[in-house]
Amino acid sequence: MTLLAWLLLATASIVLLALLMVAAGVFTWVERRVLGFLQERLGPNRVGPFGFLQWVADTVKLITKEDAAPAGADRAAYILAPAFAAIPMLTGFGVVAFGEGWAVADLDMGVVFVMGMLALTVYALVLGAWASRNRYAMLGGLRAAAQMLAYESFLGLSLMGVVLMAGSFRMSDIVAAQDGLWFILLQPLGAALFFTAGIAAAHRLPFDLQESENDIVAGFMTEYSGMSFALFFLGEYIAVMLVAALGTTLFLGGWYGPLLPGPIWFGLKVGLICLAFIWIRAALPRPRYDQLIGFAWKVALPLALLNLLVTGWIVVGRAG
Amino acid sequence: MDDLLREFLPILILTALAGGLGLVLMLSAIVIAVRNPDPEKVSAYECGFNAFDDARMKFEVRFYLVSILFIIFDLEVAFLFPWAVAFGEVSMTAFWSMMAFLGVLTVGFAYEWKKGALEWQ
Amino acid sequence: MSIADLAFYAFAIMGVSAAVLVVMSRNMVHAVLWLILTFLSSAGLFVLLGAEFVAMLLIIVYVGAVAVLFLFVVMMLDVDFEALKGEVARYMPLALLMGIIILLQLSLGIGAWIEADTARELRQAVTPDPLQIENTRALGLLIYDKYLYLFQIAGLILLVAMIGAIVLTLRERKDVKRQNVLHQMWRDPAEAMELKDVKPGQGL
Repeated sequence: MTLLAWLLLATASIVLLALLMVAAGVFTWVERRVLGFLQERLGPNRVGPFGFLQWVADTVKLITKEDAAPAGADRAAYILAPAFAAIPMLTGFGVVAFGEGWAVADLDMGVVFVMGMLALTVYALVLGAWASRNRYAMLGGLRAAAQMLAYESFLGLSLMGVVLMAGSFRMSDIVAAQDGLWFILLQPLGAALFFTAGIAAAHRLPFDLQESENDIVAGFMTEYSGMSFALFFLGEYIAVMLVAALGTTLFLGGWYGPLLPGPIWFGLKVGLICLAFIWIRAALPRPRYDQLIGFAWKVALPLALLNLLVTGWIVVGRAG
Repeated sequence: MDDLLREFLPILILTALAGGLGLVLMLSAIVIAVRNPDPEKVSAYECGFNAFDDARMKFEVRFYLVSILFIIFDLEVAFLFPWAVAFGEVSMTAFWSMMAFLGVLTVGFAYEWKKGALEWQ
Repeated sequence: MSIADLAFYAFAIMGVSAAVLVVMSRNMVHAVLWLILTFLSSAGLFVLLGAEFVAMLLIIVYVGAVAVLFLFVVMMLDVDFEALKGEVARYMPLALLMGIIILLQLSLGIGAWIEADTARELRQAVTPDPLQIENTRALGLLIYDKYLYLFQIAGLILLVAMIGAIVLTLRERKDVKRQNVLHQMWRDPAEAMELKDVKPGQGL
């Protein structure tokens, strides 16, 4: 491998990471403004035009804030938890294809890789809860982890239908298979289930019991401040974007669209899904914990299985 | 084989860079931020009171049950992966064997439902 | 020394040292974390071998589910670690015996794969060329018809695991009031309430 090839790869990764950081920052601004408008108030509007530089100010504040680890905290777990929140999400973006050939690594197993990375976020919750040595945080963390596991179970099943029809796990193959017709029209149930599982995986409302801003005082993040807190939130926003990107690739036809170049269409679609996530956050109430878990096991999982079975039968029936 | 490894190399680089980024961000806090530990600040937060006792709880079996059930369904999905990918070229035997497998697991799922293992008390 | 070699040595050293640290750790949660690192390094080694599907499965199932189970249990149990450490000396001979047996099995396996007369045919037997057909699809073509019975047995094992877990752990709690949504919805409004006429100043 020549030095040039190395440099190219490293540059691609650095560009991707920088883009993601900026995107996450802008996303926080968009979320606060949109949430504000949906709640009949203005969001941040002082720092910069329309408050656009708010996230820059927030970043500076968080870096300079003191990181007060509680006494008796398990240092290893305390440091690893934010790492587990942010790093798998950033790595997961490596397989996302933004356009024809625009992917850092277009793996044969792209979709499975992203699923694996989404599965690793459970550790952020569990380790954060344990490290804090705080009864509230630990309670919140374990319950949140149990809820995440319940929703993780049908994340894979819901996208099996798409994989069945596309015949591959590679992101670019799946997008290519949507040349005529987007999969969301062929797999509406699968799409709905996937997005539900995705919202749970990014632990946002209505699945954010562990943050429960009104209940358990920021739950598993109670004891974090400063940069580790920032890393947790970074991880959450990037998880939302990752789920949106995966959903776009699987169900909305990736980079296909008339007139504009591929990546721009991709960005637009991902933005649309992120807006939908923000809208859902503003609109839906938070269900009770046992209702959430009951929904995951008793409604969503059987539906996902049913979806897969019906898709399988239809494909076999059509093939002959 | 080389092809495969070459495909994975960017992922390795990206992971290393992401890890480095995380490290830099956390260390920057140590370098830049104020450090002023104080017993009030570092004690556990309990709505203004001092903590009553240690953060241990009784062992709750339902966490164990939820994770075991999750493992089993995760394995089921893992078996589904190769089937879904090879679906176009695979024979009818394979299709029916997968249906039998799913049937067996559905029986198990129905048993769990009946027994109430899927609820959270 | 190509990248693949470097990566192999890195993953191998990381894996072995993490495994040793799992056993030698003084804190149970740390032990599970080192175990997770071992799993991740093994996944890297599998990728280097060309078995990318198995590597992803390791991450999804082992790191994503099994290690979480371990963490749940370890976090909730309060294990007295010093007492356990004292027991190590007592079990050492048995542990050494098992180590020797495993070593013997490994050498048998390696011998059959490399040295024996039929080794060459064995090695060229089943695997399709990784350049022609991707890993997962190759597996898919094999598992469900050629190894059908093993596959069904795997399904049955999973069923037994499900039933076993429930039988062993589920205890009905008699004192908890459950919410039965269907009963609530089928309630007849006409019989749900009755109105009583009460004179002012008098109770019911």
